[in-house]
Amino acid sequence: MNGPHDLGGQMGLGPVAPEIDEPVFHAEWEKRALGLTLASGALGAWNIDESRHARENRHPVDYLSSSYYEIWIKGLERLLKRHGFVSERDLAKGRAVDGAATPRRVLKAADVPATLARGGPCDRPVEAPPRFKAGDRVVTKNFSPAGHTRLPRYARRKEGVVETVHEGFVFPDSNAHGEGENPQRVYTVVFTGKEIWGEDADPTLTVSIDAWESYLEPA
Amino acid sequence: MTHDHDHDHDNELDPMAARVRALETILTRKGLVDPAAIDVIVDTYETKVGPRNGARVVAKAWSDPAYADWLRKDATAAIASLGFTGRQGEHMQAAFNTPDTHNLVVCTLCSCYPWAVLGLPPVWYKAPPYRSRAVIDPRGVLEEFGLTLPADTKIRVWDSTAELRYLVVPERPAGTEGFSEEKLAGLVTRDSMIGTGVALTPEAA
Repeated sequence: MNGPHDLGGQMGLGPVAPEIDEPVFHAEWEKRALGLTLASGALGAWNIDESRHARENRHPVDYLSSSYYEIWIKGLERLLKRHGFVSERDLAKGRAVDGAATPRRVLKAADVPATLARGGPCDRPVEAPPRFKAGDRVVTKNFSPAGHTRLPRYARRKEGVVETVHEGFVFPDSNAHGEGENPQRVYTVVFTGKEIWGEDADPTLTVSIDAWESYLEPA
Repeated sequence: MTHDHDHDHDNELDPMAARVRALETILTRKGLVDPAAIDVIVDTYETKVGPRNGARVVAKAWSDPAYADWLRKDATAAIASLGFTGRQGEHMQAAFNTPDTHNLVVCTLCSCYPWAVLGLPPVWYKAPPYRSRAVIDPRGVLEEFGLTLPADTKIRVWDSTAELRYLVVPERPAGTEGFSEEKLAGLVTRDSMIGTGVALTPEAA
């Protein structure tokens, strides 16, 4: 979706403001927000693409005025409701009122180290040979899907060069919506600053994205 | 640590603290989350997984050309050989700075970051100013980190739009010949592995 999360090249958002000796967390609730997000993910009801879309699919004012852990919690509440683990009534009362769907698993403390060390690899075998090879000139597609995509707006209908051909990966645009993993090859595609931003771009700049095969056409 | 009293110093009126506590209470009561599991997750990213991991990778790459070559060709395996694996480090790529090219990593769409080697991302990495500007005005962004690159240095920005996670390998500082890997690792800052900084000189460390 052309949502508020797709920030590349937007202006007026202010300075970066790096923080010296930044702590890992800025409040106790941020720790619980991280843990709740990961532990709830382990319930096995949704995937990372659905969870990204649940965070991103919101009003720009809401998205841009929320801290990142706030966005995570808002996304998590949406996912938990969608999959029947919590209800509006539970949230309104601040306690468990209604029942819950049966999860595939519940993450126990003893299993956390192994679960985190395993992660969630998203590479998948793809039978078909790669459509592109390193050095090929390609053009990204122009599209504006209402659903999830990982092709940023600034990189649509732009011509670039394939730098690296990667293995197959789960396709987020379908996986986010329960429409299957549909793995495709991913390519690192490099664009000049001028191609993306125009004549006034920094002449020393190149930008790469990692693009699924269906985002690309031969130039 | 029990979770029943570790929020007591929070401001009870803070709406996010209240909201998160309510959610944890609901999920715990329904048997969907184990609060002790949350404690272990938090402890992992507070005390075990952080930028010291990445610094060890960089220091080894500086010291051992065969390792650097492996890191260049198969970063996931080379990094795993040091014991750094798992969540948000499943598919790693290394981007080596050179005398004429500086690498900078961003995720314009969300907050993708190589947790296994750098830990959790800093707030600024996830916030709109960095995500919006890194791809269009990287020099301006770097200035805000106190880093001014020569005008002819090429800048390569890696937007982490898929599941590959990038680790910048900064250039080894001058005057570090004969340094042990441990001593070298002390020069490798988190920001130098994102690209918003360079490695420290021995004088600055």
